Amino acid sequence: MTHLTTTAATLLLASLLIPSASAGQRDQPTASNRDSVYAELAKAPKKAAARRNPLAKDPDAIAGGAKLFSQHCAECHGATAEGGKKGPSLRAPEVQQSTPGALFWLLTNGVVRKGMPVWSKLPDAQRWQLVTYIKSLGAGENPTNTESSAP
Amino acid sequence: MLYIEYEQISGADKILKEVEGHDVEADYTVPNAIARQEHNHEMEFKLLLSKNFNGWNIAENTIATKNLTGGNPWEFGYAVGASRPLGLRASVERCNLCRENFIAGVEMYGGLGDRYSFGLHDTSHYLAPVVAWNLPSDWTLRLSPGFGLNDQSHRFLLRWGISREFSGFGATMARLLGGH
Repeated sequence: MTHLTTTAATLLLASLLIPSASAGQRDQPTASNRDSVYAELAKAPKKAAARRNPLAKDPDAIAGGAKLFSQHCAECHGATAEGGKKGPSLRAPEVQQSTPGALFWLLTNGVVRKGMPVWSKLPDAQRWQLVTYIKSLGAGENPTNTESSAP
Repeated sequence: MLYIEYEQISGADKILKEVEGHDVEADYTVPNAIARQEHNHEMEFKLLLSKNFNGWNIAENTIATKNLTGGNPWEFGYAVGASRPLGLRASVERCNLCRENFIAGVEMYGGLGDRYSFGLHDTSHYLAPVVAWNLPSDWTLRLSPGFGLNDQSHRFLLRWGISREFSGFGATMARLLGGH
């Protein structure tokens, strides 16, 4: 019973922190934070940045990636990746001009200190689907597949 | 990842969250009326190692436990497992029952004795298939029937769990602790 009490106390602490998280997420990312996240893309090792997207020509990859985006990314980056809450826009030239390999590397490793989680728990194929979707957006354009992108 | 847990439990708490030291089936035959008089304060340390490879997740836990009452020795345990989503690519449709939402695997766990008698002697070990269902709402349901591998083991264990992942929790903690 005491063990359960300890567990309950831990859960209570977690629940107290969650409203704080939601409140923090209302803030737009600062310019310096946004730029520093973009700058991480340039830090991808050459070998990683040069990797080719195996799903680049897969017709279903964009739609699958859009679904994954709405599940995992839209909360921070906005429903159509225009940026929002605490994640920067993924339509920005810094992202769209990056190589698929660099995006895959960033998804895999995250930028934890800037709030970008590590997504290595997703299988490689799903991370490539996300890269395919993000690259399909193009700088400042509407998403290629709007049906699945809204949460 | 390093995981540290403190437990204040009585001897009548018979939930077997993990197997360590010389945990054996016979420990559970003590009547609760007697076992309830035993109170333990335990510190548990786990080293969690995990690697994703070709869609497979390979994980290993090394467990070290110290009962802070009564001068008990350090006890050790292990868990190793491999699991894989049933589908590696996300399907186009929104669905709860898509193959990629299900993970299947197998786990083996058991005790490694204690500081004075480290090894497999007088320890119990289990082999357990694992099935997990990741719901799009970030909830995960997990079910794992475990089968005892030696005479010291329970013949059958059933582990189940419900968990939810809160995105951004780490960043929030960092902000609260003075980071940004």
